Amino acid sequence: MKRIKRILERTIESILTVSGAVTSIAILLIVIFLFKEGLGLFKSPSVEKGYSLYVNSKNTVNDLDVEDIKHIYDSEVENWKELGGRDQEIKIFRFEEIFNIYSDEELGKDYSLLPEKLGEVIIQNPNIIAYLPQQYAPTDIQGVKALPSKDISIGDFFGGREWMPTATPSPLFGVLPLILGTLIVSIIAILIALPLGLGVAIYLSELAGERTRKLMKPTIELLAGIPSVVYGFFGLVVLVPIVQKVFGLSVGETAFTGSLILAIMALPTIITVAEDALRNTPRDMREASLALGATQWQTIYKVVIPYSASGISAAVVLGIGRAMGETMAVLMVTGNAAVMPHSLFEPVRTIPATIAAELGEAPAGGAHYQSLFLLGCILFVITMIVSITAEVISKKQLNKGV
Amino acid sequence: MKKTILTTIALFTITLSLNAQRIKGSDTVLPLSQKVAESYKKANLKNTVSVTGGGSGVGISALLTGTTDIAQASRKIKFDEKQKLQKGGKTAKEVIIAYDALAVVVHPSNKVTILTREQLEGIFTGKIKNWKELGGEDMKIIPYSRETSSGTYEFFKEHVLKNKNYKNGILSMPATGAIVQSVSQTKGAIGYIGLAYLSKGVKAVSVSYNSGKTYTEPSVANAKNKTYPIVRPLYYYYEIKSEAKVKSFIDYVLSTSGQKIVSEVGFVPIK
Repeated sequence: MKRIKRILERTIESILTVSGAVTSIAILLIVIFLFKEGLGLFKSPSVEKGYSLYVNSKNTVNDLDVEDIKHIYDSEVENWKELGGRDQEIKIFRFEEIFNIYSDEELGKDYSLLPEKLGEVIIQNPNIIAYLPQQYAPTDIQGVKALPSKDISIGDFFGGREWMPTATPSPLFGVLPLILGTLIVSIIAILIALPLGLGVAIYLSELAGERTRKLMKPTIELLAGIPSVVYGFFGLVVLVPIVQKVFGLSVGETAFTGSLILAIMALPTIITVAEDALRNTPRDMREASLALGATQWQTIYKVVIPYSASGISAAVVLGIGRAMGETMAVLMVTGNAAVMPHSLFEPVRTIPATIAAELGEAPAGGAHYQSLFLLGCILFVITMIVSITAEVISKKQLNKGV
Repeated sequence: MKKTILTTIALFTITLSLNAQRIKGSDTVLPLSQKVAESYKKANLKNTVSVTGGGSGVGISALLTGTTDIAQASRKIKFDEKQKLQKGGKTAKEVIIAYDALAVVVHPSNKVTILTREQLEGIFTGKIKNWKELGGEDMKIIPYSRETSSGTYEFFKEHVLKNKNYKNGILSMPATGAIVQSVSQTKGAIGYIGLAYLSKGVKAVSVSYNSGKTYTEPSVANAKNKTYPIVRPLYYYYEIKSEAKVKSFIDYVLSTSGQKIVSEVGFVPIK
């Protein structure tokens, strides 16, 4: 009997150890996977994989950067002169157009004549720029010149100001507006939620009567259980028009609206965690302080708050985490415009919203897919910095305080 | 007891996989396929059809891996996808099951009621910025777009913007419902939605594709007689070898009762 008991204990112990190890390994693997997928981006060509740009070999332009390519295909640059070439109008040619010129039969079985026909088109038009798959590229034909393709650079990614991941032929992956958007929305949200949340927590734990507390605490905890998409819908239908009217804006979907909804969502977390921490202050300490003649406010300010500093900082970190990673509500109320934010009252696009909105249709393994993973890495790094900072601050306070 | 349950489940799955037809792909076509599948099930008791969404691209790649029998798509199959299918020894057959018209909508208080394709291109690429330039009030234009993952986004870009990119930092909404909501509460807004989503909160604009000679109002009748220009076909793709398996369902969609469901869902029937 005793032996069976011991064996049972052993197995339980080992199960606990294994589950702990498995969890840590899983988390580590997720992080490794995230970074592995994300960093692949810098090996992808700046033009879509498997495609290249071709011009007539009489063309004097030998090199185009990503911005130029975009301007050409958006018809903002219409003459080769502007790019250092000859004075002639740019003729844009997309691969699909070949099927308007020739029928499938004329292109031969399995498209064997396709490169030849593409070559003909390029030779006939000295002012052409053609965006073609390399598989059918007219490479061996005289009179056709391929433009060299470059890889996406780290500088373009982190310093770029335009996020247009589906622009053809050359997508733009500038994450600066997304990072700034995320930071602005969550910082303002925390600035709103923190004083309010701590205030309510102090009120509930120190000042409120037993009956009020018993009623309010479950109500607030209930708020944490509302699905974020419901908050988002509430934000879109109620908050957006209010913000638009109060501030006299032309668009109601702004960074500030996002912050408001995030603040509302972060409040329950902050309140419950901070309140629990405050209430954990031993009764002896409060009574000692009061016995020394301190008023109730002095006791709260000098004894209770310093004692529960680490718990309060945990509340802050959880609140910030909630604000940073929140996806659905922000997706619905911030307008999701990937522009550099100049003020609080402009639409912004956040990192989580971008990932959620775009991952579904990004082709697996492509540059767009990898860039979304890299965005995930950035978010991970930001939240890590936040939690480490909070940890350091709370430790410092603990040392110098009680 | 347990055994019987397990065997029934096993038997059920086997019969299901024998007769079941799987449809996967575009979220635009999803409500239509679901409705048709329901009434098809009622008409043919033995057959079951399972319908899932995920996007046109998802459906076509599922066709490639053989995890679906029919791929529903709100756009034509791309050349790349055709190539991939060919490499896998498969040939996709295309069937147009319905048409979908896109309506351009503005806030009900907006005075502008007609727009040409060129003006729409200017608005959505960011070249036209004020309603004043279009004969309206002095008010900033706020264009709303769908997210990049949407087939509607791609179609509008190809068809109306002639493949030019949307303006940098356009407002993008995750769903058509959100566009309707936003346009109805923002005075300077303009957006594009499927015909089925037209409601009182927004005003549809008449569109001209011949530089302003004739303007046509979006409606099922105008889409059907081909006078309304922003219309896209909705497709079913299937592998030619599994034709026998899917034929009866596709015939059902194209039949009179199938096409009746098409108009009920808000799309335009093919006949």
